[in-house]
Amino acid sequence: MVRALALSAALMAATPLAASEGHEAVTTFTLDNGMDVVVIEDHRAPVVQHMVWYRAGSADEPVGSSGVAHFLEHLLFKGTDTLAPGEFSATVAANGGNDNAFTSYDYTAYFQRVAADRLELMMRMEADRMRNIRLSENDIVTERDVILEERNQRTDNSPRALFGEQMSASQYLNHRYGVPIIGWRHEMETLDMEDALSFYQTHYAPNNAILVVTGDVEPDEVKSLAEQYYGVIPANPDLPVRVRSQEPPQTAERRLTYKDARVSQPYVQRSYLAPERDPGEQEKAAALFLLAELLGGSTTSYLNEKLQFDQQKAVYTGAFYRGVSLDDTTFDLIVVPAAGVSLQEAEDAMDQAVADFIAEGVNEEDLDRIKMQLRAAQTYARDNVDGIGNRYGRALTSGLTVEDVQAWPDILQAVTGDEIIAAAREVLQPEASVTGWLMKDEEVTQ
Amino acid sequence: MKRIFATLIVFVIALPAWAEIAIEEVTSPSGIKAWLVEDHSIPFTALELRFRGGTSLDDPDKRGAVYLMSGLIEEGAGDMDARTYARELESLAASFRYNATDDTVSISAQFLTENRDDVIDLLRTTIHEPRFDQDAVDRVRAQVLSGLMSDQTDPNDIAGRSFAQMAYGDHPYGTEGKGTIESVTALTRDDVVTAYQGVFAKDRIFVGAVGDITPEELGALLDKLLADLPETGKPIPGRADVNIPGGVSVVEFDTPQSVALFGHAGIDRDDPDFFPAYILNHILGGGGFESRLMQEVREKRGLTYGIATYLVPKDLASVYLGSVSSGNDRIADAVEVIRDEWARAATEGVTQKELDDAKTYLTGAYPLRFDGNGQIAGIMVGMQMEDLPIDYIATRNDKVNAVTLEEVNRVAAELLDPDGLHFTVVGKPVGLETTN
Repeated sequence: MVRALALSAALMAATPLAASEGHEAVTTFTLDNGMDVVVIEDHRAPVVQHMVWYRAGSADEPVGSSGVAHFLEHLLFKGTDTLAPGEFSATVAANGGNDNAFTSYDYTAYFQRVAADRLELMMRMEADRMRNIRLSENDIVTERDVILEERNQRTDNSPRALFGEQMSASQYLNHRYGVPIIGWRHEMETLDMEDALSFYQTHYAPNNAILVVTGDVEPDEVKSLAEQYYGVIPANPDLPVRVRSQEPPQTAERRLTYKDARVSQPYVQRSYLAPERDPGEQEKAAALFLLAELLGGSTTSYLNEKLQFDQQKAVYTGAFYRGVSLDDTTFDLIVVPAAGVSLQEAEDAMDQAVADFIAEGVNEEDLDRIKMQLRAAQTYARDNVDGIGNRYGRALTSGLTVEDVQAWPDILQAVTGDEIIAAAREVLQPEASVTGWLMKDEEVTQ
Repeated sequence: MKRIFATLIVFVIALPAWAEIAIEEVTSPSGIKAWLVEDHSIPFTALELRFRGGTSLDDPDKRGAVYLMSGLIEEGAGDMDARTYARELESLAASFRYNATDDTVSISAQFLTENRDDVIDLLRTTIHEPRFDQDAVDRVRAQVLSGLMSDQTDPNDIAGRSFAQMAYGDHPYGTEGKGTIESVTALTRDDVVTAYQGVFAKDRIFVGAVGDITPEELGALLDKLLADLPETGKPIPGRADVNIPGGVSVVEFDTPQSVALFGHAGIDRDDPDFFPAYILNHILGGGGFESRLMQEVREKRGLTYGIATYLVPKDLASVYLGSVSSGNDRIADAVEVIRDEWARAATEGVTQKELDDAKTYLTGAYPLRFDGNGQIAGIMVGMQMEDLPIDYIATRNDKVNAVTLEEVNRVAAELLDPDGLHFTVVGKPVGLETTN
């Protein structure tokens, strides 16, 4: 769906394997005005993907204006001084291309996929809307209805999504990650022209943006085009430092039940506040990444073995860790109980299995198998350079550097079983956790 | 030894400003055909195996058997139980994905060159010696039932089931391929084995391969994997009688946003008017942001986040469908705009500019699809199943460009039936009631 919202904590989605840069043709440089550029070559087909990522997402929004980052993303498809409303996408389409955009906690990104010889046109238009959007009151009113319907579709029509909102809101006591990317409805309803333009003028500037071009391009050509179109835009000297209110020590275990008549399959979810990947310091995050793989990343993972195969208490188990994040992230566990198994039994079995895993230590064969798959993923990843481009975009908008991205595969390979267990002991603390039960409306807890 | 392996045809297809996609038809020593794009730039191969038939092969009282079987095929094979099998597959860093649709069961494999022989040994065992152990049947059945339970209260699924029931009645298309809670609960291991025997056969297989493999290697691989399959599978059912009366069905469901599925009879893929219909649909509702419905329903009125229409030419029936979601108090407005746009396109047709823009987009965007080994393998299998010629990719854009305004507008008048459009609305829509 166009102008889509990236739901970064989509727990039911498969955790993608990380791949590395072993054979990827990556070139990076920075323009004089501070705009970072990443070029990844793939000359198999004359197609290019052109993306601009802003270091501005929903967690950068002012208090009271939740959803404005995503609202603005929609509004960037309206007009500029030189483009009529809708003309941007129409022009991409008229050139046989597709375009879209997405917003998350830490970034907003815009992209086009098109024939490689149309790259210059894409840059000209994208550079134009970095500084020159022109909005009418009608644009605001109509598009606000659209994002409210988007919230209806993604969130209010989905008990799982509503449950997820409550989980995040409970996990973060002080950080903006506790507010949904799409926004709380009552605040979305009040978003206006001033909110949108203020966010735009503050955050949309070359020194807050990353250009990522993937496909059939030469780095020199990208550089000269980027200098011509983006290089002439002055940096914003008043760009604010991304200072966000941080989490205090979390000292109380939280529990919640979300009940909804539309729930047919209850489940239990647990989230723990967890450190993210930090520049130059990714070792603990690497251990957590592998912990998630070992606990709940595949058919052979520990929770699956215990809860599905041995005890037959679950129809689904999973563990998730989203390491690419500017601030503290979460480590999540989920168990969907088998028929006749209560949520309490499922939760108890999950806790017991995690405790046993920590007590037993990491099975080296299991760890080797995961590391082998991660190495293979480096090969498979070369078939999808757009995916590699996305990886750089997410990392560079989340406080990481090109060097961090490139070091990550080797850091993963170097993690030991003992480091994984140490990370588990440190992070899986009840005081920093939220346990949620998604329940049918008529179900009683006792 | 005499080289019995034959490479029959090589087409090097040059699209204006686009990559050359060189498709070879490969015939294995035992006579199995495949389409291959040889590309040695990355040391892995994507292999797509697709069997015609799909969940429509289910007997009426065994609904869900093919789907359950497709979930069980990776749960142990040969002397490996489910857990041993999973470890083996993971240690090879290959992936086998299985998918069952109304018309097909597919296996999408990707594997590294360095251990290809081991992977193919495992895939052969998987296809020929699945175990269907009772404990695996029970475990996977429980997963399917859990999914079916969730679907019971998902407005999109409710709409899909309701519309299909109305449109296809007793034909397999009229019920969910995953089965119902009742039918899946009653399935036995024998039913799964019967489904397996009906699906995998040589008279219905289509193969595409892309990547680091030569025609000779592919030929040997195909024989190893497939030559010993039975010659014939279960007969495929006949065509469905499509019955979609004009009107509205409301399925009451307490949720803030109504979900509507709408449509009427469609057009077959091999109909001479398919291309004009395809372009018409792009202009009316298929073309993302630029489509008339997106402009009228979303951009001008803000009534929805998304609306799309699609021609759905299946093997045994063709329909023309669309979907939209709007708040309960606004869905009636959306329905009215859709009906108006349907009528306007039927009576007034489209403009020359709309046709020209659609052609520019469709011909320009076509090559963007060929963007990865797995995607290309899947596209080549789809082409074979539709009986398209091996040089189709090179001629497809010419077919789009050859369509005239007169043709599109004739097809618009024939195909679009504003009074015959049926809306199945799930939610608590204000101002909409079930007709008839």
